[in-house]
Amino acid sequence: MTLEEFVSLFAEQFDDTPAEVFTPETKYSTLDEWGSLVALSVISMVDEEMDKSVSGSELKKCSTIEELYNLIEAK
Amino acid sequence: MFNPFSLEGKTILVTGASSGIGRGICIDCSKMGAKVHLMARNEERLNETLAQMEGEGHVIHKADLCSTDDINALVDELPVMDGVVLCAGIIKTMPVKNISEEAMTEIFNANIMGDIKICSRLLKKKKLNHGGSVVFISSVSTFNVKVGNSLYSATKGAVNSFAKAMALEVSKQEMRVNCIQPGFVPSSILSSGAIEEDAFLKFYAERHPLGFGTPSDIANGCIYLLSDAARWVTGSIFTIDGGYTLQ
Repeated sequence: MTLEEFVSLFAEQFDDTPAEVFTPETKYSTLDEWGSLVALSVISMVDEEMDKSVSGSELKKCSTIEELYNLIEAK
Repeated sequence: MFNPFSLEGKTILVTGASSGIGRGICIDCSKMGAKVHLMARNEERLNETLAQMEGEGHVIHKADLCSTDDINALVDELPVMDGVVLCAGIIKTMPVKNISEEAMTEIFNANIMGDIKICSRLLKKKKLNHGGSVVFISSVSTFNVKVGNSLYSATKGAVNSFAKAMALEVSKQEMRVNCIQPGFVPSSILSSGAIEEDAFLKFYAERHPLGFGTPSDIANGCIYLLSDAARWVTGSIFTIDGGYTLQ
């Protein structure tokens, strides 16, 4: 999966935040909508689309979407 | 000594016997004198449970609850049971919008369909004794719901409803069917990776007035329901949760 595809899938997990807001540099935890439900959505999206697992603490550790992408890709 | 809770002379089947609550139930039932048939997928961990049990005559069955063939073969080789504790289960945490058919099938197979298949086969093959007792380990999540836990809640809600209907159906043979809804008992069911463990434990610790439960806290409820002391108890749903759902 490319970084661009990942950003777009990441954006899809949000219901109220417009897709245009999301770039590789987006610090997702600063978004108003970010919370446990979206985090769970991201975890299950990664499982489903990338067949990899990412934990809640890893989501907390990363800052930008690109950082998270790199962490998952390295698995 | 007067002891209406004794399981002496009783033969009990326990599913999910290789870890957590299921393991605790096997160990404590053996201490109360029961002969236990332990079922789970992992033989090595079943043997670890067996090593902690007391008494003789316990039997290990390596079987997968998600396989109808495994269940049928298991029931066919069992002697007549006096009690059954259905305690195998898995958790799948995901928001409703991300539920996949695969996840849904897996959790319903493991948490309710396997239990139904075992009960059905036991009755069909007349492997549950007159006066026998069936105990389902359900969960407080049937009514105390959490974000991302809809599949688990749904399967456990199905367990409660099934148990009540079955209780009525088998009452003529004086068989009894009940559920225990545990609160939070730390066990390996949580190590699915999706949960941020420290924050999770802190959240739940603050909400259990009597602290976290142990497998024995649940096993003691099972012992009561399996024993002749509960002769008049059927179709009941017992919450054993350290006060978790009080508030």
